[in-house]
Amino acid sequence: MPEAVARDKTATAQLQAGAPGGECQVKIGGDWRLNERVPSWNSVLQNHIAMNVRVVPDDLGKWDTSLLLFLVHGRKWCAAAKRDFHVEALPENLQTLLRQVENVDSPKPASKAAIQSNWVLAATFAKKLANKTRENISFVGECTLGIVSLARHPRGFRWMDCVVEMQRCWASSLPIVSLVSFLVGVILAFQAAIQLQQYGAAVFVADLVGLSVVREMGPMMAAVIMAGGIGAAFAAQLGNMKVDEEIDALETLGISTVDFLALPRLLAVTLMMPFLALYANVLGFLGGMFVSATMLNIPAAAYWIETQNRVGISDVTSGLIKSVFFGLAIGLAGCLRGMKCERSAAGVGKATTSAVVTGILMIVIADALFALIFNVLGI
Amino acid sequence: MKNNSSAPVIEVKHLTCGYGETVVLQDVSFAVHARELIFVIGGSGCGKSTLLRCLIGLLKPFQGDVAYFGKSFIAADATQRREILKTFGVLYQNNALWSSMTLAENVSLPLEEHTSLSPTDLEEIVALKLTEVGLSGSEELYPAELSGGMKKRAALARALALDPAIVFFDEPSEGLDPITSREMDRLILQVRDTLGTTMVIVSHQLSSIFRLADRVIMLDRETKGIIAEGTPAELVAASTDPRVRDFLNQNEAFPKRTNQPSGGVLAHS
Repeated sequence: MPEAVARDKTATAQLQAGAPGGECQVKIGGDWRLNERVPSWNSVLQNHIAMNVRVVPDDLGKWDTSLLLFLVHGRKWCAAAKRDFHVEALPENLQTLLRQVENVDSPKPASKAAIQSNWVLAATFAKKLANKTRENISFVGECTLGIVSLARHPRGFRWMDCVVEMQRCWASSLPIVSLVSFLVGVILAFQAAIQLQQYGAAVFVADLVGLSVVREMGPMMAAVIMAGGIGAAFAAQLGNMKVDEEIDALETLGISTVDFLALPRLLAVTLMMPFLALYANVLGFLGGMFVSATMLNIPAAAYWIETQNRVGISDVTSGLIKSVFFGLAIGLAGCLRGMKCERSAAGVGKATTSAVVTGILMIVIADALFALIFNVLGI
Repeated sequence: MKNNSSAPVIEVKHLTCGYGETVVLQDVSFAVHARELIFVIGGSGCGKSTLLRCLIGLLKPFQGDVAYFGKSFIAADATQRREILKTFGVLYQNNALWSSMTLAENVSLPLEEHTSLSPTDLEEIVALKLTEVGLSGSEELYPAELSGGMKKRAALARALALDPAIVFFDEPSEGLDPITSREMDRLILQVRDTLGTTMVIVSHQLSSIFRLADRVIMLDRETKGIIAEGTPAELVAASTDPRVRDFLNQNEAFPKRTNQPSGGVLAHS
């Protein structure tokens, strides 16, 4: 006997038909473990469907949920076949467990009612879209009102917060903006050189690099980097505050969350953006000059004069004007996504990603609009 | 403490609220009187926190009204709303201390926003408030540097910053050990007795309910409303509702435990 306990026995379930009273007996024995092979109800029963079932233990060892599942299947089968299912001979605790799971339903595949028609899906989507749009518009409206009231009473504004955010925008983005802008200058110069050298017009590399950096690439690259760094940071900060009820706490104190949290950030990134763009322009110019001087044998002085001749002040200002709007787009996207964040850790992640995507999308759309406007105005 | 002759401090009239399409509470009405300490209790998901969010204006009700000192909060315009907001403080379940600010800044922000005190006065008031809750000398600490109990105290200090007539508590002893929880209860009583603040506490901590409550309002998920109202003692003694008795009964016979496990999953039978 002692060995029998120590050794693991295979789970068994044997059917014995022809017991008295028109019943069949299912004898269960051995050790029932979830991670081992156990008999299934269907394989045990085979074709004996005509009789009531009585389950009896037969040298039953250790057991776990696998046995319970086996019995639940048996009970369900009997109920479906309108047979009696007797478990009185089983251990008391097993019977209790079986009673506790009396009403458990096996997971059903999605029913027809649950699969919604395309119309319902479309309507739900439209409703969600309408809600989102309303939310976005009202946020932009609140920000506009905030800016108006800031212009009226600049003393009530939290300037210190704004300065801190400006510092953060500037300091955290500077190294990466430097590197990327310089490399953009280098890349543009290389690409231009390949074509222009064929015509002996290598010196016009300066024109091409100068114009494309100042009008497009400088402000654009700086803005994309800011969207990735600062926009995401805004969304994560505000999202976290939302999750921790910090934003609720501001609201119940009657403090406008837009004035308190969004405006300083919005203003900081909008004010800093042109400076970063200008900085990116300089670095892009240096990148082009570096390639020209080292590989194309154009002296730095010649490059500088060529750039000066071609790139006018209107080119620079058009780029900087754009960058102000890029900054606004980044700030709006970051603050909006952060403040409308869902109250969960996953929500913060989603808000952050969405802030970056929305930010970059808005930058590109704004850029396209400006291309159109400048074209019409002939700038 | 109940003083029915005066106008109620908070009056909730036929409030129906919820999220999206789901109605959590339906047609709930009750009133809270000055200096009363009332508990809103009920099982998980019964709408305690939803009711609180409605009361403090973070959730717009579908129907009904919440009035403070006889003035409607729901129908109030921006200026009136701001005035009403000043009359209550809230202690949130997660404390909601602003993590980027020191304790002193946390407590002084409401004062800065709503008063025109001089910086020195502000400092003194902040020190006073922090001392009231037993946190003197912690002015320059950040919320992350505090223990759970200290955070609760700091949050209470902030809730009390504007000397509100009412303080709402969302699960004030959540996550606190029994001793700290008892201290918190003592602090709540002390504030009520010294400042005469009306308190509305959402909780399911039985010990706190029996220690503190002047009156208990019990919500229920199925009924979507109030199923019992009264002092804890009254409810224990007189309520015939099994849900109420079940909730408040501290000594209900638990299924008898035997020393010898009667077998079970993975046991030898």
